[in-house]
Amino acid sequence: MSITYLEAIRQAQAKALADNPNVFIYGQDIGAFGGAFKATKGLFEKYPDRVIDAPISEDAMIGLAVGAAIEGMRPIIEMQFADFSTVGFNQIVNQAATHYWRTNVPCPITVRLPSGGTPGSGPFHSQCMEAIYAHYPGIIVMTPATVEDAYSMLLEAIYTDDPVIFCEHKYLYYHLKADSLPKQSLPAESARITRSGRHATVITYSAMIHEALLAADSLHDDGYEIEIVDLRCVKPLDIDTVLGSVARTGRALVVGEAFPWGGVTAEVISRIASEGFHLLDAPPAKLNARDTPIPYHPDLWRYHRPTASSIKSAIQKLLKD
Amino acid sequence: MADIATQSTGAEIDLPEAFQNAFRWMVLARTFEDKIASVYRAGKIVGGVYVGRGQEAFSAALAVQLNRGKDIYAPLIRDMAGRAAFGEPVIDAARTYLGSAKGSMRGRDGNIHRGSPREGVPAMISHLGAMISVVGGMLFARRLRGELENSVGAACIGDGATSTGSVHEALNLAAIEKLPLVVAIANNQFAYSTPTSRQFACKDLVDRAIGYGIEGINVDGTDLADCLQGFNKALSRARSGKGPQLVVGKLLRLAGHGEHDDAHYISKQMRASSLGKDCLAVARKRMIAENWGSEEDCKVLEEKAIEEVENAILQASGEESPDAYTHDWNACFSERFRDTQSDP
Repeated sequence: MSITYLEAIRQAQAKALADNPNVFIYGQDIGAFGGAFKATKGLFEKYPDRVIDAPISEDAMIGLAVGAAIEGMRPIIEMQFADFSTVGFNQIVNQAATHYWRTNVPCPITVRLPSGGTPGSGPFHSQCMEAIYAHYPGIIVMTPATVEDAYSMLLEAIYTDDPVIFCEHKYLYYHLKADSLPKQSLPAESARITRSGRHATVITYSAMIHEALLAADSLHDDGYEIEIVDLRCVKPLDIDTVLGSVARTGRALVVGEAFPWGGVTAEVISRIASEGFHLLDAPPAKLNARDTPIPYHPDLWRYHRPTASSIKSAIQKLLKD
Repeated sequence: MADIATQSTGAEIDLPEAFQNAFRWMVLARTFEDKIASVYRAGKIVGGVYVGRGQEAFSAALAVQLNRGKDIYAPLIRDMAGRAAFGEPVIDAARTYLGSAKGSMRGRDGNIHRGSPREGVPAMISHLGAMISVVGGMLFARRLRGELENSVGAACIGDGATSTGSVHEALNLAAIEKLPLVVAIANNQFAYSTPTSRQFACKDLVDRAIGYGIEGINVDGTDLADCLQGFNKALSRARSGKGPQLVVGKLLRLAGHGEHDDAHYISKQMRASSLGKDCLAVARKRMIAENWGSEEDCKVLEEKAIEEVENAILQASGEESPDAYTHDWNACFSERFRDTQSDP
C-alpha cells in the first residue's frame, strides 16, 4: 500500500476527529465535496456535524475558530489556498496570535495552508506564506516535507495549545508517497538531518527538500557529500541542529521557495552569521524564488522557483568560495 | 419607537425593574469615566481614555438582559455601562487603565481592551468588527457540544465598524449558521471625526439586516426604556432560535473619540438636536416621573457610585506595575514551541 502526502493529511484529520470530539474542520467546499484537493474526502460522511462548509469569508472563518478555541474546541481551518489566508490575516496575527499573551487563555487553532507552486497555478494559487506568519509572536509555523511528517506534525499541530500555521505543499500532495504512516516521530519542533554529508550543508524545508536531495545526488557523482537539514518547523527554529551541521561542513546554503526579501532563509542566515560565524569556511548563501509574482506559464514558473539544477549551481559556487 | 415588524417572543420585560437596574450601571459608568478622564488630564494614565458618554443607556440596556455564566458579551470601547452590568468589577477597569499588574490584562494590554474570555467576555482587539465572528465561534462551539441551551451572544460595534469587511463576513456567517447572536450598533454619528455621510450611503443601517436575511430593530439610543424594549425583543428572538438580530441605536457621542479629542467637528446644531440628549439625564428624569425611584434614591445611587469609583482608583493606583525583569516574555503557551532567541 502506498500513501500520498495528501492522504496522510486526510488520515491525520480522520484520526483527530475519531479521537477527540472537540476537533472540527471548517473550510470552503470541505463537506460533501471533500475539499478542493480532497484532503477531507469521506470525512463529512462520517462526521457530518464536525466537517463543515464555510462561506468565502476567511476573516470570519478564523474569528469563528478563535471563538471556538476559547470554548475549548480544537478547530482545523482549511484555507482553500495559502494565498487566500491574507483575507484572514488580521484575525490570525492580531486575534489568534495575541490571544494567549493578552488574556492568558490559549488559542489552539490549526490553519492548514495548501502552499507553494505547481505548474500553471499562477500568482494567486502558488504562494508560500510561512515567513509572514512566522514574523508574528505567538504563532507556530510547520512546513512538513515528507508523508510521515505531514501526518505526525498535523496531529501535533491539532493538539498544540497555540495557533499553528500548517503549510502543506501542494506539489507534494500527489508526488510524494510512503509505504505506511508512522507510529512514532521526531517532535515537530526538531529539525532533521535528511541526508548526511561533509562538504556543505543545505538547509531547507517543505518541497525544496526534494529538489535539494536531487541536487545532492547529482553532486555525489562528482565526489561531493552534501548534508541536508530539513527544518520541519520554521517557527520556532531548531538552530542547534542547523549549527551542528554547519560545524561539520563549514558551508551553508539556505533554500526557500518563498520570495527572496527577508523570510525564513534570511532568518536562518542571520542566525548562522550571528551564532555560528566561527564555524564558517565561506560566506553563507541563500537561494529563493525570484522577486516577482509567481508566473503562470510552466516555462516561466520553472525558472521562478529554486530547482534541483539551480540548487546544484548554488552549492557548486559555495564549494568554490 | 422600537419598530418591531413581528411580535415579540419570550417573556415580557419588567420595565421598572430593568430600568432601575440599568440606570444604576449607567450612573456607575458615567461616574467612573468622568473620574478616569480627570485622571487622564492629570497625566496619570499612559495610553488613551475612551468614554461612552451618551451611550450608557444603549450599552446597559443590552447587558442587563444578559446572564453572566451563560451568555456571551463582547463589549467595544464605549461600553463601560454594559461591562458593569454584565458583572465586570470596577476595580478591573481601574487596574487596566492604571496599569496594575493585578488587572485582567496584567499590563499586557490596556484601557478598553480588558476581557475575560473564559467568563464570556472576549477581550477586544482594535480592529473593528473582528469580535463578532469570535462571539459567533463561541456560540458555534457550544452548539456543536450540545451546550448552547438558550444562551445568546452579544457583540457591540459602532457606525464606523459597519464599513469593515469583518462585520459583513461575520454577520453573513452568523446568518447562515442561524446563531443566537445579537449585534448592537451604536450609531453615534461619528467614527473618530468621520460623519456617517462618509461612512455609508444607505438610508438606515438597520436596513442592512434585510440583506443578511436577519431581523433588525431601530431604537432611540437616548431613551433607556426604548433601548430595553428593543433589546428585549431581539434577545427573545435570538434565544428562541430565530437567528441573528441587529439592533441599531441612534444617539450622539457626547465626547471626543478619546479624551485627547475635543470633538470640535460635532456641530452645535447636532448637539442641540434630539440626538444630542443626554441619555443619563433623560433616564433620571423618567425614573422620578414614573415614581420608579425618588430624587433621594438617585442621589444615594450617585454618591455610592462616587465612593466605589474613588476606592477603585485609589486601590489600583497603589498596586504594583508589571515588572519587566521578572515578566514571562513568552507569547506561546506551549513551552516546547517557545522561540528562545529573544531571551536575555
